[in-house]
Amino acid sequence: MHPAYSIIFFTTVSGFGYGLAAVLGFGMLDAGAVSTKVAHFTALAFISAGLLSSTLHLGNPQRAWRAFSQWRSSWLSREGVMAILTFVPLCAGAWLSIFEGRYVAWIGLTGTALSLITVYCTSMIYASLKSIYAWHTPVTSLAYLLFAAAGGLSLACVFAVFSGDLPALLIVACMAALAFAWVTKTMWRNRLKQDQSPSTPETATGLGGIGKVKLLERPHINENYLTREMGYRVARKHADKLSLLSLIFGCLIPIGLLFLVLLADEASIGALGLATAALVSHALGVVTERWLFFAEARHAVMNYY
Amino acid sequence: MTSLPKPSSSAKLGLVIDLDICVGCHACVVNCKEWNTGGYGNALSDQDPYGADVSGAWLNRIHTFEVVPEGGEIIGEEGDARVVHFPKSCLHCEDAPCVTVCPTGASYKRAEDGIVLVDEDKCIGCGLCAWSCPYGAREMDVAAGVMKKCTLCIDRIYNDTFEEVDRVPACVRTCPAKARHFGDLGDPESDLSKLVAERGGVDLMPEQGTRPVNKYLPPRPRSTLASKAGALTAENTDGASGFFSWLDGMLERL
Repeated sequence: MHPAYSIIFFTTVSGFGYGLAAVLGFGMLDAGAVSTKVAHFTALAFISAGLLSSTLHLGNPQRAWRAFSQWRSSWLSREGVMAILTFVPLCAGAWLSIFEGRYVAWIGLTGTALSLITVYCTSMIYASLKSIYAWHTPVTSLAYLLFAAAGGLSLACVFAVFSGDLPALLIVACMAALAFAWVTKTMWRNRLKQDQSPSTPETATGLGGIGKVKLLERPHINENYLTREMGYRVARKHADKLSLLSLIFGCLIPIGLLFLVLLADEASIGALGLATAALVSHALGVVTERWLFFAEARHAVMNYY
Repeated sequence: MTSLPKPSSSAKLGLVIDLDICVGCHACVVNCKEWNTGGYGNALSDQDPYGADVSGAWLNRIHTFEVVPEGGEIIGEEGDARVVHFPKSCLHCEDAPCVTVCPTGASYKRAEDGIVLVDEDKCIGCGLCAWSCPYGAREMDVAAGVMKKCTLCIDRIYNDTFEEVDRVPACVRTCPAKARHFGDLGDPESDLSKLVAERGGVDLMPEQGTRPVNKYLPPRPRSTLASKAGALTAENTDGASGFFSWLDGMLERL
Protein backbone atom coordinates (compact mmCIF):
# COMPACT_ATOMS: atom_id res chain seq x y z
CA MET A 1 0.00 0.00 0.00
CA HIS A 2 1.14 3.52 -0.81
CA PRO A 3 2.46 5.15 2.40
CA ALA A 4 0.75 8.58 2.14
CA TYR A 5 2.48 11.10 4.40
CA SER A 6 -0.80 12.71 5.46
CA ILE A 7 -2.10 9.37 6.78
CA ILE A 8 1.21 8.46 8.46
CA PHE A 9 1.23 11.89 10.13
CA PHE A 10 -2.42 11.56 11.12
CA THR A 11 -2.16 8.10 12.69
CA THR A 12 1.08 8.80 14.59
CA VAL A 13 0.34 12.34 15.81
CA SER A 14 -3.27 11.63 16.78
CA GLY A 15 -2.02 8.41 18.43
CA PHE A 16 0.40 10.41 20.60
CA GLY A 17 -2.34 12.99 21.31
CA TYR A 18 -4.99 10.46 22.33
CA GLY A 19 -2.40 8.50 24.31
CA LEU A 20 -1.41 11.60 26.27
CA ALA A 21 -5.07 12.53 26.78
CA ALA A 22 -5.75 9.01 28.08
CA VAL A 23 -2.86 9.27 30.58
CA LEU A 24 -3.97 12.75 31.71
CA GLY A 25 -7.46 11.33 32.28
CA PHE A 26 -6.08 9.14 35.07
CA GLY A 27 -4.95 12.27 36.92
CA MET A 28 -1.43 10.98 37.48
CA LEU A 29 0.05 14.43 36.84
CA ASP A 30 -0.49 17.36 39.22
CA ALA A 31 -3.46 19.20 37.64
CA GLY A 32 -2.24 22.56 38.97
CA ALA A 33 1.31 22.34 37.56
CA VAL A 34 2.14 24.53 34.57
CA SER A 35 3.57 21.51 32.72
CA THR A 36 0.25 19.64 33.11
CA LYS A 37 -1.63 22.61 31.68
CA VAL A 38 0.77 22.56 28.73
CA ALA A 39 0.28 18.79 28.46
CA HIS A 40 -3.50 19.22 28.16
CA PHE A 41 -2.98 21.82 25.44
CA THR A 42 -0.44 19.58 23.67
CA ALA A 43 -2.83 16.62 23.63
CA LEU A 44 -5.61 18.69 22.07
CA ALA A 45 -3.20 20.28 19.58
CA PHE A 46 -1.81 16.88 18.48
CA ILE A 47 -5.31 15.43 18.07
CA SER A 48 -6.52 18.45 16.09
CA ALA A 49 -3.42 18.53 13.87
CA GLY A 50 -3.81 14.80 13.18
CA LEU A 51 -7.49 15.10 12.29
CA LEU A 52 -6.87 18.09 10.05
CA SER A 53 -4.05 16.33 8.20
CA SER A 54 -6.33 13.33 7.61
CA THR A 55 -8.52 15.57 5.45
CA LEU A 56 -5.55 16.52 3.26
CA HIS A 57 -5.69 13.35 1.18
CA LEU A 58 -9.40 13.75 0.40
CA GLY A 59 -10.50 14.52 -3.15
CA ASN A 60 -13.30 16.78 -1.88
CA PRO A 61 -12.45 17.90 1.70
CA GLN A 62 -15.27 20.48 1.71
CA ARG A 63 -17.71 17.57 2.03
CA ALA A 64 -15.86 15.95 4.94
CA TRP A 65 -18.78 16.68 7.30
CA ARG A 66 -20.74 13.98 5.48
CA ALA A 67 -18.37 11.41 6.96
CA PHE A 68 -20.20 11.62 10.32
CA SER A 69 -23.33 10.03 8.85
CA GLN A 70 -22.55 6.34 8.29
CA TRP A 71 -21.47 5.20 11.76
CA ARG A 72 -23.76 2.19 11.51
CA SER A 73 -21.53 0.43 9.00
CA SER A 74 -18.29 2.36 8.47
CA TRP A 75 -15.32 2.40 10.85
CA LEU A 76 -14.07 5.60 9.22
CA SER A 77 -17.36 7.28 10.04
CA ARG A 78 -17.30 5.85 13.59
CA GLU A 79 -13.82 7.28 14.04
CA GLY A 80 -15.03 10.71 12.96
CA VAL A 81 -18.00 10.62 15.31
CA MET A 82 -15.88 9.37 18.23
CA ALA A 83 -13.22 12.01 17.58
CA ILE A 84 -15.82 14.77 17.94
CA LEU A 85 -17.44 13.18 21.01
CA THR A 86 -14.03 12.73 22.65
CA PHE A 87 -13.32 16.45 22.37
CA VAL A 88 -16.10 17.12 24.93
CA PRO A 89 -14.50 15.49 28.02
CA LEU A 90 -10.99 16.34 26.82
CA CYS A 91 -11.80 20.04 26.48
CA ALA A 92 -13.63 19.99 29.83
CA GLY A 93 -10.63 18.30 31.49
CA ALA A 94 -8.25 20.78 29.85
CA TRP A 95 -10.38 23.72 31.01
CA LEU A 96 -10.41 22.41 34.59
CA SER A 97 -6.64 22.00 34.61
CA ILE A 98 -5.66 25.13 32.73
CA PHE A 99 -8.05 27.63 34.32
CA GLU A 100 -9.00 26.04 37.65
CA GLY A 101 -6.01 23.82 38.36
CA ARG A 102 -8.12 20.83 39.33
CA TYR A 103 -8.78 17.30 38.23
CA VAL A 104 -12.25 15.75 38.21
CA ALA A 105 -12.04 11.98 38.07
CA TRP A 106 -15.23 11.15 36.17
CA ILE A 107 -14.49 13.69 33.45
CA GLY A 108 -10.88 12.53 33.17
CA LEU A 109 -11.75 8.85 33.04
CA THR A 110 -14.51 9.47 30.46
CA GLY A 111 -11.88 11.22 28.34
CA THR A 112 -9.52 8.26 28.75
CA ALA A 113 -12.20 5.75 27.71
CA LEU A 114 -13.34 7.77 24.69
CA SER A 115 -9.73 8.43 23.59
CA LEU A 116 -9.00 4.72 23.58
CA ILE A 117 -12.24 3.96 21.72
CA THR A 118 -11.30 6.54 19.07
CA VAL A 119 -7.87 4.94 18.58
CA TYR A 120 -9.61 1.56 18.34
CA CYS A 121 -11.90 2.95 15.61
CA THR A 122 -8.85 4.24 13.71
CA SER A 123 -7.23 0.81 13.91
CA MET A 124 -10.43 -0.90 12.73
CA ILE A 125 -10.42 1.17 9.52
CA TYR A 126 -7.39 -0.93 8.61
CA ALA A 127 -8.12 -4.15 10.51
CA SER A 128 -11.59 -4.46 8.91
CA LEU A 129 -10.21 -4.62 5.35
CA LYS A 130 -10.22 -8.25 4.28
CA SER A 131 -8.55 -7.29 0.99
CA ILE A 132 -5.29 -6.51 2.83
CA TYR A 133 -4.21 -9.70 4.58
CA ALA A 134 -1.48 -8.08 6.71
CA TRP A 135 -3.97 -5.67 8.31
CA HIS A 136 -6.94 -8.02 8.70
CA THR A 137 -6.22 -9.21 12.23
CA PRO A 138 -7.14 -8.11 15.80
CA VAL A 139 -3.38 -7.72 16.41
CA THR A 140 -3.55 -4.53 14.28
CA SER A 141 -5.94 -2.96 16.80
CA LEU A 142 -3.91 -4.16 19.77
CA ALA A 143 -0.76 -2.65 18.26
CA TYR A 144 -2.45 0.71 17.59
CA LEU A 145 -3.76 0.87 21.18
CA LEU A 146 -0.41 -0.10 22.69
CA PHE A 147 1.48 2.39 20.53
CA ALA A 148 -0.95 5.14 21.59
CA ALA A 149 -0.40 4.15 25.24
CA ALA A 150 3.38 4.02 24.87
CA GLY A 151 3.48 7.38 23.06
CA GLY A 152 1.15 9.03 25.57
CA LEU A 153 3.13 7.69 28.53
CA SER A 154 6.43 8.82 26.93
CA LEU A 155 5.01 12.33 26.58
CA ALA A 156 3.60 12.24 30.12
CA CYS A 157 7.02 11.24 31.51
CA VAL A 158 8.58 14.34 29.94
CA PHE A 159 5.87 16.62 31.38
CA ALA A 160 6.16 14.98 34.82
CA VAL A 161 9.95 15.39 34.97
CA PHE A 162 9.58 18.97 33.71
CA SER A 163 7.32 19.76 36.65
CA GLY A 164 10.05 18.52 39.01
CA ASP A 165 8.50 15.16 39.67
CA LEU A 166 9.95 11.65 39.27
CA PRO A 167 6.85 9.43 39.32
CA ALA A 168 8.24 5.86 39.36
CA LEU A 169 4.83 4.33 38.60
CA LEU A 170 4.41 6.43 35.44
CA ILE A 171 7.93 5.65 34.20
CA VAL A 172 7.60 1.91 34.84
CA ALA A 173 4.18 1.92 33.15
CA CYS A 174 5.77 3.64 30.14
CA MET A 175 8.57 1.05 29.94
CA ALA A 176 5.99 -1.75 30.16
CA ALA A 177 3.82 -0.17 27.43
CA LEU A 178 6.87 0.22 25.18
CA ALA A 179 7.80 -3.43 25.65
CA PHE A 180 4.24 -4.74 25.08
CA ALA A 181 3.79 -2.52 22.02
CA TRP A 182 6.87 -3.86 20.32
CA VAL A 183 6.23 -7.49 21.26
CA THR A 184 2.80 -7.10 19.66
CA LYS A 185 4.31 -5.41 16.62
CA THR A 186 6.83 -8.20 16.18
CA MET A 187 4.02 -10.77 16.29
CA TRP A 188 2.13 -8.68 13.72
CA ARG A 189 5.10 -8.49 11.36
CA ASN A 190 5.84 -12.22 11.63
CA ARG A 191 2.30 -12.88 10.47
CA LEU A 192 2.81 -10.45 7.57
CA LYS A 193 6.04 -12.15 6.53
CA GLN A 194 4.46 -15.61 6.56
CA ASP A 195 1.70 -14.18 4.30
CA GLN A 196 -0.86 -16.96 4.32
CA SER A 197 -3.35 -14.90 2.35
CA PRO A 198 -5.87 -17.27 0.75
CA SER A 199 -6.01 -15.10 -2.38
CA THR A 200 -3.60 -15.93 -5.21
CA PRO A 201 -3.45 -15.17 -8.93
CA GLU A 202 -5.19 -18.54 -9.37
CA THR A 203 -8.20 -17.69 -7.17
CA ALA A 204 -8.26 -14.12 -8.51
CA THR A 205 -8.72 -15.30 -12.10
CA GLY A 206 -10.55 -18.57 -11.46
CA LEU A 207 -7.99 -20.21 -13.77
CA GLY A 208 -6.23 -22.30 -11.11
CA GLY A 209 -7.93 -25.43 -12.48
CA ILE A 210 -5.82 -25.14 -15.64
CA GLY A 211 -2.50 -24.35 -14.05
CA LYS A 212 -0.25 -21.70 -12.65
CA VAL A 213 -1.28 -18.14 -13.56
CA LYS A 214 1.12 -15.36 -14.38
CA LEU A 215 0.61 -11.96 -15.95
CA LEU A 216 1.61 -11.80 -19.60
CA GLU A 217 0.45 -8.27 -20.37
CA ARG A 218 -0.91 -5.64 -18.02
CA PRO A 219 -3.93 -3.61 -19.13
CA HIS A 220 -1.97 -0.42 -19.79
CA ILE A 221 1.73 0.17 -20.20
CA ASN A 222 1.84 2.98 -17.61
CA GLU A 223 1.04 3.10 -13.92
CA ASN A 224 -2.61 3.62 -13.00
CA TYR A 225 -4.50 4.60 -9.83
CA LEU A 226 -4.56 1.01 -8.63
CA THR A 227 -0.87 0.29 -9.07
CA ARG A 228 0.12 3.66 -7.58
CA GLU A 229 -2.20 3.32 -4.58
CA MET A 230 -1.94 -0.42 -3.91
CA GLY A 231 1.10 -1.61 -5.79
CA TYR A 232 3.72 0.03 -3.58
CA ARG A 233 6.76 -2.24 -3.21
CA VAL A 234 9.54 -1.93 -0.71
CA ALA A 235 12.75 -3.91 -1.05
CA ARG A 236 12.66 -6.75 1.48
CA LYS A 237 16.23 -6.22 2.66
CA HIS A 238 15.49 -2.55 3.33
CA ALA A 239 12.23 -3.39 5.05
CA ASP A 240 14.02 -5.78 7.41
CA LYS A 241 16.62 -3.14 8.25
CA LEU A 242 14.00 -0.43 8.77
CA SER A 243 12.01 -2.78 10.97
CA LEU A 244 15.07 -3.48 13.12
CA LEU A 245 15.84 0.25 13.32
CA SER A 246 12.27 1.03 14.36
CA LEU A 247 12.56 -1.61 17.11
CA ILE A 248 15.87 -0.16 18.36
CA PHE A 249 14.78 3.49 18.26
CA GLY A 250 11.16 2.92 19.18
CA CYS A 251 11.64 0.45 22.01
CA LEU A 252 15.14 -0.47 23.20
CA ILE A 253 16.68 3.02 23.39
CA PRO A 254 13.64 4.62 25.13
CA ILE A 255 13.43 1.78 27.67
CA GLY A 256 17.16 2.16 28.40
CA LEU A 257 16.90 5.95 28.74
CA LEU A 258 13.82 5.73 30.96
CA PHE A 259 15.64 3.21 33.18
CA LEU A 260 18.36 5.85 33.67
CA VAL A 261 15.65 8.41 34.55
CA LEU A 262 14.37 5.96 37.14
CA LEU A 263 17.86 5.79 38.69
CA ALA A 264 18.15 9.60 38.92
CA ASP A 265 17.94 11.10 42.42
CA GLU A 266 15.99 14.17 41.45
CA ALA A 267 14.17 15.64 38.47
CA SER A 268 17.24 17.48 37.20
CA ILE A 269 17.93 18.92 33.77
CA GLY A 270 19.76 15.67 33.04
CA ALA A 271 16.70 13.58 33.85
CA LEU A 272 14.55 15.87 31.68
CA GLY A 273 17.06 15.47 28.84
CA LEU A 274 16.94 11.69 29.14
CA ALA A 275 13.13 11.59 29.18
CA THR A 276 12.97 13.92 26.17
CA ALA A 277 15.53 11.84 24.29
CA ALA A 278 13.43 8.74 25.06
CA LEU A 279 10.36 10.47 23.62
CA VAL A 280 12.12 11.64 20.45
CA SER A 281 13.68 8.23 19.88
CA HIS A 282 10.31 6.52 20.38
CA ALA A 283 8.64 8.95 17.97
CA LEU A 284 11.26 8.21 15.31
CA GLY A 285 10.69 4.49 15.77
CA VAL A 286 6.89 4.86 15.53
CA VAL A 287 7.04 6.93 12.33
CA THR A 288 9.25 4.25 10.75
CA GLU A 289 6.92 1.54 12.00
CA ARG A 290 3.90 3.36 10.57
CA TRP A 291 5.60 3.85 7.20
CA LEU A 292 6.30 0.12 7.07
CA PHE A 293 2.71 -0.63 8.17
CA PHE A 294 1.58 0.77 4.83
CA ALA A 295 4.56 0.06 2.60
CA GLU A 296 4.79 -3.64 3.46
CA ALA A 297 1.06 -4.45 3.27
CA ARG A 298 0.11 -6.28 0.10
CA HIS A 299 -3.31 -5.72 -1.43
CA ALA A 300 -5.31 -8.58 -2.99
CA VAL A 301 -5.70 -6.63 -6.25
CA MET A 302 -1.99 -7.11 -6.90
CA ASN A 303 -2.83 -10.73 -7.76
CA TYR A 304 -3.93 -9.28 -11.10
CA TYR A 305 -0.68 -7.36 -11.69
CA MET B 1 -27.21 4.52 3.69
CA THR B 2 -24.11 2.44 3.31
CA SER B 3 -25.52 -0.56 5.12
CA LEU B 4 -26.35 -3.18 2.51
CA PRO B 5 -30.06 -3.01 1.63
CA LYS B 6 -32.49 -5.86 1.92
CA PRO B 7 -33.15 -6.73 -1.74
CA SER B 8 -36.60 -5.56 -2.80
CA SER B 9 -36.72 -8.04 -5.66
CA SER B 10 -34.92 -11.20 -6.70
CA ALA B 11 -33.23 -9.36 -9.58
CA LYS B 12 -29.44 -9.44 -9.61
CA LEU B 13 -28.28 -7.70 -12.76
CA GLY B 14 -24.77 -8.49 -13.84
CA LEU B 15 -22.37 -9.69 -16.48
CA VAL B 16 -21.13 -13.09 -17.54
CA ILE B 17 -17.73 -13.04 -19.21
CA ASP B 18 -16.63 -15.92 -21.39
CA LEU B 19 -12.87 -16.38 -21.04
CA ASP B 20 -12.95 -19.04 -23.74
CA ILE B 21 -13.69 -16.60 -26.53
CA CYS B 22 -12.44 -13.21 -25.36
CA VAL B 23 -9.78 -12.23 -27.89
CA GLY B 24 -8.39 -9.35 -25.84
CA CYS B 25 -9.17 -6.67 -28.42
CA HIS B 26 -9.91 -3.98 -25.75
CA ALA B 27 -13.04 -2.83 -27.66
CA CYS B 28 -15.10 -3.14 -24.45
CA VAL B 29 -12.48 -1.10 -22.58
CA VAL B 30 -12.58 1.70 -25.12
CA ASN B 31 -16.36 1.75 -25.52
CA CYS B 32 -16.78 1.72 -21.73
CA LYS B 33 -14.56 4.78 -21.43
CA GLU B 34 -16.27 6.48 -24.36
CA TRP B 35 -19.81 5.92 -23.04
CA ASN B 36 -19.08 6.67 -19.39
CA THR B 37 -17.00 9.78 -19.93
CA GLY B 38 -20.15 11.44 -21.25
CA GLY B 39 -22.71 9.56 -19.17
CA TYR B 40 -23.34 9.02 -15.47
CA GLY B 41 -21.54 11.51 -13.19
CA ASN B 42 -18.26 13.27 -13.82
CA ALA B 43 -16.23 12.66 -16.97
CA LEU B 44 -13.54 9.98 -16.79
CA SER B 45 -10.52 12.22 -16.83
CA ASP B 46 -7.04 11.48 -18.13
CA GLN B 47 -3.88 13.04 -16.80
CA ASP B 48 -1.13 14.04 -19.23
CA PRO B 49 -3.32 12.61 -22.03
CA TYR B 50 -0.94 13.30 -24.91
CA GLY B 51 2.30 13.01 -22.93
CA ALA B 52 4.63 10.18 -22.11
CA ASP B 53 3.15 9.56 -18.67
CA VAL B 54 -0.52 9.26 -19.62
CA SER B 55 -2.89 7.72 -17.11
CA GLY B 56 -6.57 8.01 -16.30
CA ALA B 57 -9.65 6.47 -14.75
CA TRP B 58 -11.00 3.36 -16.48
CA LEU B 59 -13.92 1.25 -15.33
CA ASN B 60 -12.99 -1.83 -17.31
CA ARG B 61 -9.50 -3.15 -18.02
CA ILE B 62 -8.22 -6.25 -19.78
CA HIS B 63 -5.36 -8.21 -18.30
CA THR B 64 -3.71 -10.98 -20.27
CA PHE B 65 -2.50 -14.02 -18.37
CA GLU B 66 -0.42 -17.03 -19.27
CA VAL B 67 -1.67 -20.19 -17.59
CA VAL B 68 0.82 -23.03 -17.40
CA PRO B 69 -0.33 -26.50 -16.33
CA GLU B 70 1.87 -28.83 -14.29
CA GLY B 71 4.76 -29.95 -16.52
CA GLY B 72 3.68 -27.57 -19.28
CA GLU B 73 6.88 -25.54 -19.27
CA ILE B 74 8.26 -27.47 -22.27
CA ILE B 75 6.23 -26.99 -25.43
CA GLY B 76 4.54 -30.12 -26.73
CA GLU B 77 5.22 -32.27 -23.66
CA GLU B 78 2.68 -32.41 -20.79
CA GLY B 79 -0.14 -29.86 -21.11
CA ASP B 80 0.12 -26.64 -23.04
CA ALA B 81 0.43 -23.16 -21.64
CA ARG B 82 -2.47 -20.99 -22.73
CA VAL B 83 -3.01 -17.31 -23.01
CA VAL B 84 -6.23 -16.05 -21.43
CA HIS B 85 -7.51 -12.52 -21.97
CA PHE B 86 -9.26 -11.38 -18.84
CA PRO B 87 -11.63 -8.36 -18.81
CA LYS B 88 -12.16 -7.02 -15.30
CA SER B 89 -14.80 -4.56 -14.09
CA CYS B 90 -17.03 -4.22 -11.02
CA LEU B 91 -18.63 -7.53 -10.03
CA HIS B 92 -21.58 -5.85 -8.21
CA CYS B 93 -21.00 -8.08 -5.16
CA GLU B 94 -23.88 -9.12 -2.93
CA ASP B 95 -21.70 -8.52 0.16
CA ALA B 96 -19.97 -5.47 -1.29
CA PRO B 97 -17.27 -4.30 1.17
CA CYS B 98 -16.94 -1.04 -0.79
CA VAL B 99 -20.45 -0.09 0.27
CA THR B 100 -20.20 -0.71 4.00
CA VAL B 101 -16.84 1.07 4.45
CA CYS B 102 -18.07 4.32 2.90
CA PRO B 103 -18.23 7.01 5.61
CA THR B 104 -20.57 9.36 3.75
CA GLY B 105 -23.28 7.21 2.20
CA ALA B 106 -22.02 7.99 -1.31
CA SER B 107 -21.37 4.33 -2.07
CA TYR B 108 -24.55 2.28 -2.17
CA LYS B 109 -26.17 -0.86 -3.52
CA ARG B 110 -29.59 -0.62 -5.13
CA ALA B 111 -32.24 -2.79 -3.47
CA GLU B 112 -34.20 -3.27 -6.70
CA ASP B 113 -31.51 -4.72 -8.97
CA GLY B 114 -28.30 -5.00 -6.93
CA ILE B 115 -26.30 -2.46 -8.94
CA VAL B 116 -23.52 -0.84 -6.88
CA LEU B 117 -23.23 2.91 -7.52
CA VAL B 118 -21.47 6.01 -6.25
CA ASP B 119 -23.44 9.19 -5.60
CA GLU B 120 -20.67 11.53 -6.70
CA ASP B 121 -22.19 14.58 -4.98
CA LYS B 122 -21.68 12.87 -1.61
CA CYS B 123 -18.26 11.33 -2.32
CA ILE B 124 -15.37 12.95 -0.40
CA GLY B 125 -12.72 11.01 -2.33
CA CYS B 126 -11.18 9.30 0.71
CA GLY B 127 -10.39 6.20 -1.37
CA LEU B 128 -11.31 3.71 1.36
CA CYS B 129 -13.80 1.88 -0.91
CA ALA B 130 -11.03 1.28 -3.45
CA TRP B 131 -8.88 -0.15 -0.66
CA SER B 132 -11.67 -2.46 0.45
CA CYS B 133 -12.29 -3.90 -3.03
CA PRO B 134 -10.09 -6.96 -3.66
CA TYR B 135 -10.78 -6.73 -7.41
CA GLY B 136 -9.55 -3.19 -8.11
CA ALA B 137 -12.94 -2.30 -9.57
CA ARG B 138 -12.87 1.29 -8.32
CA GLU B 139 -10.59 4.04 -9.51
CA MET B 140 -10.34 7.60 -8.26
CA ASP B 141 -10.95 10.29 -10.83
CA VAL B 142 -8.03 12.56 -10.00
CA ALA B 143 -9.56 15.63 -11.68
CA ALA B 144 -12.97 15.44 -9.96
CA GLY B 145 -11.70 13.94 -6.70
CA VAL B 146 -14.47 11.36 -6.61
CA MET B 147 -14.53 7.59 -6.95
CA LYS B 148 -15.56 6.11 -10.30
CA LYS B 149 -16.83 2.62 -10.96
CA CYS B 150 -18.85 0.53 -13.37
CA THR B 151 -22.54 1.54 -13.28
CA LEU B 152 -23.57 -1.44 -15.39
CA CYS B 153 -24.47 1.39 -17.80
CA ILE B 154 -27.54 2.19 -15.75
CA ASP B 155 -28.16 5.06 -18.19
CA ARG B 156 -28.46 2.57 -21.08
CA ILE B 157 -30.15 -0.52 -19.66
CA TYR B 158 -33.28 1.33 -18.47
CA ASN B 159 -33.33 3.83 -21.34
CA ASP B 160 -36.71 3.52 -23.10
CA THR B 161 -35.62 5.81 -25.90
CA PHE B 162 -33.08 3.20 -27.01
CA GLU B 163 -33.90 0.29 -29.22
CA GLU B 164 -34.12 -3.00 -27.32
CA VAL B 165 -30.80 -4.20 -28.73
CA ASP B 166 -28.99 -1.18 -27.28
CA ARG B 167 -30.39 -1.56 -23.76
CA VAL B 168 -27.29 -3.42 -22.58
CA PRO B 169 -24.03 -2.11 -21.11
CA ALA B 170 -21.68 -0.48 -23.62
CA CYS B 171 -19.05 -3.23 -23.16
CA VAL B 172 -21.58 -5.95 -23.98
CA ARG B 173 -22.99 -4.09 -26.98
CA THR B 174 -19.57 -3.55 -28.53
CA CYS B 175 -17.91 -6.93 -27.96
CA PRO B 176 -17.19 -8.32 -31.46
CA ALA B 177 -16.62 -11.85 -30.17
CA LYS B 178 -19.78 -12.00 -28.00
CA ALA B 179 -17.65 -12.81 -24.98
CA ARG B 180 -19.75 -10.61 -22.70
CA HIS B 181 -23.35 -11.24 -21.68
CA PHE B 182 -25.73 -9.11 -19.63
CA GLY B 183 -28.83 -10.19 -17.76
CA ASP B 184 -30.51 -11.19 -14.52
CA LEU B 185 -28.44 -13.65 -12.54
CA GLY B 186 -31.04 -13.72 -9.76
CA ASP B 187 -33.46 -15.62 -12.01
CA PRO B 188 -32.37 -19.27 -12.24
CA GLU B 189 -34.42 -19.63 -15.46
CA SER B 190 -32.74 -16.73 -17.31
CA ASP B 191 -30.56 -17.53 -20.32
CA LEU B 192 -27.63 -16.12 -18.40
CA SER B 193 -28.13 -18.36 -15.35
CA LYS B 194 -28.47 -21.39 -17.63
CA LEU B 195 -25.26 -20.45 -19.43
CA VAL B 196 -23.44 -20.18 -16.09
CA ALA B 197 -24.77 -23.56 -14.96
CA GLU B 198 -23.90 -25.25 -18.26
CA ARG B 199 -20.36 -23.88 -18.48
CA GLY B 200 -19.51 -24.03 -14.79
CA GLY B 201 -19.20 -20.26 -14.25
CA VAL B 202 -17.03 -19.24 -11.32
CA ASP B 203 -16.72 -16.43 -8.77
CA LEU B 204 -13.46 -14.51 -8.56
CA MET B 205 -11.72 -14.75 -5.17
CA PRO B 206 -14.63 -16.51 -3.44
CA GLU B 207 -12.47 -16.64 -0.28
CA GLN B 208 -12.89 -12.89 0.12
CA GLY B 209 -16.55 -13.49 0.99
CA THR B 210 -17.86 -10.78 -1.33
CA ARG B 211 -20.30 -13.04 -3.23
CA PRO B 212 -19.86 -11.44 -6.68
CA VAL B 213 -22.88 -11.32 -8.99
CA ASN B 214 -20.78 -11.34 -12.17
CA LYS B 215 -19.55 -14.77 -13.24
CA TYR B 216 -16.61 -15.87 -15.38
CA LEU B 217 -16.86 -18.84 -17.72
CA PRO B 218 -13.55 -20.74 -17.68
CA PRO B 219 -11.88 -21.60 -21.01
CA ARG B 220 -13.02 -24.93 -22.45
CA PRO B 221 -10.49 -27.77 -22.29
CA ARG B 222 -8.32 -28.17 -25.37
CA SER B 223 -6.61 -31.24 -26.79
CA THR B 224 -2.91 -30.86 -26.16
CA LEU B 225 -0.27 -30.17 -28.77
CA ALA B 226 1.49 -33.37 -27.71
CA SER B 227 -1.52 -35.56 -28.63
CA LYS B 228 -1.77 -33.92 -32.07
CA ALA B 229 1.95 -34.03 -32.68
CA GLY B 230 2.01 -37.77 -31.95
CA ALA B 231 -0.38 -38.47 -34.84
CA LEU B 232 1.56 -36.27 -37.25
CA THR B 233 4.96 -37.90 -36.74
CA ALA B 234 3.84 -41.55 -36.75
CA GLU B 235 6.77 -43.97 -37.01
CA ASN B 236 4.99 -47.09 -38.29
CA THR B 237 3.15 -47.70 -41.57
CA ASP B 238 0.82 -50.54 -40.44
CA GLY B 239 -2.35 -48.83 -41.61
CA ALA B 240 -1.16 -48.07 -45.17
CA SER B 241 -3.25 -49.44 -48.06
CA GLY B 242 -3.44 -49.28 -51.88
CA PHE B 243 -0.79 -47.13 -53.53
CA PHE B 244 0.77 -46.21 -50.20
CA SER B 245 1.07 -49.89 -49.21
CA TRP B 246 2.87 -50.61 -52.54
CA LEU B 247 5.12 -47.51 -52.07
CA ASP B 248 5.85 -48.60 -48.50
CA GLY B 249 6.94 -52.01 -49.77
CA MET B 250 9.12 -50.54 -52.56
CA LEU B 251 10.82 -48.15 -50.14
CA GLU B 252 11.49 -51.00 -47.71
CA ARG B 253 13.39 -52.87 -50.46
CA LEU B 254 15.72 -49.99 -51.28
